[in-house]
Amino acid sequence: MRKIYADNAATTALDPRVLEQMMPYLTTVYGNPSSLYRIGAQAKDAVETAREKIASLIGAKSASEIYFTSGGSESDNWAIKGVARAMKKRGKTHIITSKFEHHAVLHTVHALKKEGFTVTMLDVYENGLVRPEDVAEAIREDTAIVSVMYANNEIGTIQPIAEIGAICRQRGVIFHTDAVQAMGNTPIDVEQQQIDLLSMTAHKLHGPKGVGALYIRKGIRPSILIDGGAQERGMRAGTENVAGIVGFAAALELAIDGMQQRIDHVVPLRNRLIDGLLQIERSRLNGDRDARLPGNVNMCFEGIEGESLLLRLDMNGVSASSGSACTSGSLDPSHVLLAIGLPHEVAHGSMRLSFSDDISDEDIDYLLELVPNIVTYLRNMSPLWETIKKNERNG
Amino acid sequence: MAYSEKVMDHFANPRNVGEIEDADGIGEVGNSRCGDIMKMYIKVDGDTITDCKFKTFGCGAAIATSSMATEMVKGKSIDNALQLTNKAVMEALDGLPPVKVHCSVLAEEAIKAALSDYYERKGIDPKLIIGAPSTSDDEREDPTCN
Repeated sequence: MRKIYADNAATTALDPRVLEQMMPYLTTVYGNPSSLYRIGAQAKDAVETAREKIASLIGAKSASEIYFTSGGSESDNWAIKGVARAMKKRGKTHIITSKFEHHAVLHTVHALKKEGFTVTMLDVYENGLVRPEDVAEAIREDTAIVSVMYANNEIGTIQPIAEIGAICRQRGVIFHTDAVQAMGNTPIDVEQQQIDLLSMTAHKLHGPKGVGALYIRKGIRPSILIDGGAQERGMRAGTENVAGIVGFAAALELAIDGMQQRIDHVVPLRNRLIDGLLQIERSRLNGDRDARLPGNVNMCFEGIEGESLLLRLDMNGVSASSGSACTSGSLDPSHVLLAIGLPHEVAHGSMRLSFSDDISDEDIDYLLELVPNIVTYLRNMSPLWETIKKNERNG
Repeated sequence: MAYSEKVMDHFANPRNVGEIEDADGIGEVGNSRCGDIMKMYIKVDGDTITDCKFKTFGCGAAIATSSMATEMVKGKSIDNALQLTNKAVMEALDGLPPVKVHCSVLAEEAIKAALSDYYERKGIDPKLIIGAPSTSDDEREDPTCN
């Protein structure tokens, strides 16, 4: 049976070239970077080389603006809680974010509400895009931070980050973006795009799990989230994940070097799949088609439920994901699909495929045969589909 | 969250899928907003449920519990079917993840809804025979979907 891993937005396979660069730090160079002896200093050098590499890859002015963390969730928590709590001392207690952020942002903002912050949740409209003018309108005297994700993890829509960055800079408001999904898929330049804080993670770009970073523009001092030792210039305690950090830098470099080639390969295949699947009656593509991550396909098929669809995909060798209630362990459908205005019953029938470089023409052929067959099978046993067809006949 | 082998078996090869043209009772429970609808058809001869079929819109557990419930009442007496509980359906499937327990509740309710319809068609008040569902309010309550 053909095997297709189509859940790269969840996580990716570790690139063997990345592993190779990590290996010395998992074996012989195991020293603590804070130690003075040789293998400690070597580890420290590796961390600082990685920091410089990452800084240059995202267009940061200085390596000292990169702080290593455990990944995207920590970076989001630190950026938003850190800036919000620091700004509160200056009387700024208003936060702006969007309705379809990752839970690492939404739940962080929710926690800050309990600390007395007020929150404006921006609409993302049917195309899944924040409107810069809405950001401009939402900014107040007491706005502490604006946080809008670079690209959405479910529907893959790429936000107008440079426009939002320009507005925030002009109005003197700190701007954070969660770029976990976007990195390596679309050009990111924190200077040009006027981003003040940028959350990153390694494992979405064929790097290791459990490591990421937060870019913090020089001059911004978020309060500390992880108290302890003096690592990361006293801003984030904890012995550095040396091998992870080395792997992260290596993976980011490979991802950015290969970005255009990947886009050229993946986008036409993805578009062929979308066009083919849209032939299925009562199907829809979720999120803007053009402002979209190269490997993302997110579709709804009315009359069926997403988990059933992805279990049947799995039975046929395809690892996919669903914004469906059932996978997340909650009974509500995806907050992202509800935010773009889908009714609950349609949002329940969603499927997300996220491809990487290794997707082939033959894989797309296979999916174009498999997905419609599963949809038909599930619709044939669905009383909801029966009702939809009956209503159609009755006009 | 992982399903038992039995759940996957009933999901991959659901038993008794379809409709019964001349059903003696039809029950439909759940709603599309919450992502689960089960429709059960029964054929009755004397005191025996001679056939039972289902159609379900829902997750893997919804389809597997529907399939198992039809197996548990088909060929059995009405009395036997009236005693079907969601716990029995779950046990027959070697358990369900906690967030999927409501699917087994729906399966029990769907069988009872079909029996209700059967009694109503015969001019008998179903409440007197079927009574309240076997599950407690806690289990029936949908934690997030409303």
